[in-house]
Amino acid sequence: MDRDETVLEVKNLSTYFFAAEGVAKAVDDVSFALKRGSTLALVGESGCGKSVTALSIMRLVPDPPGRIVSGSVLLEGRNLLTLRDREMRSVRGNRIAMVFQEPMTSLNPVFTVGNQIMEAIRVHKDVSSAQARRQALEMLDTVRIPAPEERIDSYPHELSGGQQQRVMIAMALSCNPTVLIADEPTTALDVTIQSQILSLLNDLQATFNMAILFITHDLAVVAQTARDVAVMYAGRIVETAAVKALFKKPLHPYTRLLFRSIPRSDARGKRLQTIRGQVPSAFNFPSGCRFHTRCPMVIERCRSEEPALREVEKAHAAACHRAEEVEGVLG
Amino acid sequence: MTLDGAIVKVDGLKKYFPVKKGVFSRVVGYVKAVDGVSFQIARGRTLGLVGESGCGKTTCGRSILRLIEPTEGEVFINGQDIMALEGKNLRAARRHFQIIFQDPYASLNPRMTVEAIVGEGLVVHRMCTRAERRRRVAQLLDRVGLTADALGRYPHEFSGGQRQRIGIARALALDPVFIVCDEPVSALDVSIRAQIVNLLEDLQAETRISYLFIAHDLNLVEHISDDVAVMYLGRFVEMASAQEIYDAPLHPYTRALLAANPVPDPETKIEKIVLGGDVPNPMNPPDGCHFHPRCPKVSSKCTSSYPQFIEYSPGHWVACHNAGIEKPANP
Repeated sequence: MDRDETVLEVKNLSTYFFAAEGVAKAVDDVSFALKRGSTLALVGESGCGKSVTALSIMRLVPDPPGRIVSGSVLLEGRNLLTLRDREMRSVRGNRIAMVFQEPMTSLNPVFTVGNQIMEAIRVHKDVSSAQARRQALEMLDTVRIPAPEERIDSYPHELSGGQQQRVMIAMALSCNPTVLIADEPTTALDVTIQSQILSLLNDLQATFNMAILFITHDLAVVAQTARDVAVMYAGRIVETAAVKALFKKPLHPYTRLLFRSIPRSDARGKRLQTIRGQVPSAFNFPSGCRFHTRCPMVIERCRSEEPALREVEKAHAAACHRAEEVEGVLG
Repeated sequence: MTLDGAIVKVDGLKKYFPVKKGVFSRVVGYVKAVDGVSFQIARGRTLGLVGESGCGKTTCGRSILRLIEPTEGEVFINGQDIMALEGKNLRAARRHFQIIFQDPYASLNPRMTVEAIVGEGLVVHRMCTRAERRRRVAQLLDRVGLTADALGRYPHEFSGGQRQRIGIARALALDPVFIVCDEPVSALDVSIRAQIVNLLEDLQAETRISYLFIAHDLNLVEHISDDVAVMYLGRFVEMASAQEIYDAPLHPYTRALLAANPVPDPETKIEKIVLGGDVPNPMNPPDGCHFHPRCPKVSSKCTSSYPQFIEYSPGHWVACHNAGIEKPANP
């Protein structure tokens, strides 16, 4: 199978929220492509638009106040944004599935986990309830839940956080989707459980040959899971690259400073570098480059002209007027 | 740790929460949230406290300050026997020890101005006149990187990072010798975390405050701590200098935690000691060593008796029957 075949392509996607305070451009002209069987990490801080991007792909943006104002989302060539609601329902949870951050609030507390997985199966497949139960059992076994025959009749509150997340994954994978969107799937979990879930996702990706859009704020998790990375800031993608290239030589000042601000053991005892100021509000993004208010390399041009995402090095793009100088200036 | 100049001495600290059932609230058991913890912190030093959620880190921090009444144990802060104090005397002693909370959104009273929040301690302890107070609060705000025009504003007008600065200014108002920092940056964005961590380090360098730094982020704890204690189900399982803990951990749990901790570098793949299972129910911890059901090195002794917390090498404490049987790779 061709590893470089694009299965999900997001083109010029813009999702705005229309509120009394004004228009929040949560996602603004975002484009990226996800390759079959590989992982793309969408990284950014809270409010940068990464979750809204995921919800837009799934067409789950609450409307009102949100609306996808332009762009296209091509899943194996088919534009999801022009599908009728009924058609979208047959794609969602079937060809493209999602795992959320909080497993406890995503599972229905009044149904057993078996029921919920069976529901996901029976919505999309024409199978009897007994067959669905057998498939649910298989899925629970696949996600390595101990004693699945007992666990299938448990209610969500009887499971630990890690097991709940496994159930969510079982449900998402029950129809063997082409694309899995994982929105901060391990953020609410402890580090030992996080490593279990990450290694599970990794193994399942190989088994099912699915593409994963991995949304996270944690650069360490990105380093361990992704093949490619897109960095988001203030509703825009500011840098895209293969994970190794990005960590080796970040080309956007934001990415570069972000890497310096996380503690690392090879720099023990050294002072952390900071990014001055704070993330701007989506109602009021700065003019020109949206990072210019916090950027140590700002020049006049940054204030007026928004930089386009351009290929600075081979297969490594950044949206910065001075991308070529970043390494020299920031070190 | 040599600790003649210890500002904080904790000995045999226990906090048991009764579990009640039925109409008459019969006590059916205890959750041993903190079960015999001892440590010391010298002036100007930081003890990092790590462990998974539910292991008792927060309860430990709060019991030391008697924000939760400990069940048993001795606490000396600045030479004062905290457990012996009651009423007025306890209140008077509180100016020497403070706490910074995790959630900057929940820990500031939304109906008080910043001046009132930061100055409240000064009022309670009758430290100065109203005019002096305003000057002192303005000074404190300046010290934590906020401007004096914040004085009359309310918490909702500030971002998360700024609110945490307000929380820090409040903790500093009475010139404490010891601050418990309970996950002070986990609710903040990555780019803001470094600002707050640097601020805490600067304050320590200036005033020689001692910190108990509670966090689950192992990279961060390594960065900020002089010494580190690892907690599992209410007990310390290992305590040593940060360097020893990270470079030559002795306890299998510490090793598993470090192995599970993702490294922000795609070239370094995490060493796979994936720890099976979840943290056991603290109401009903396993017999013997609490860690034995998940331990990769379990022996027959581990299932019957709880290992003593011993000084394995100078300054390096560990509670494991098998510590040192197999020496760490690079001792």
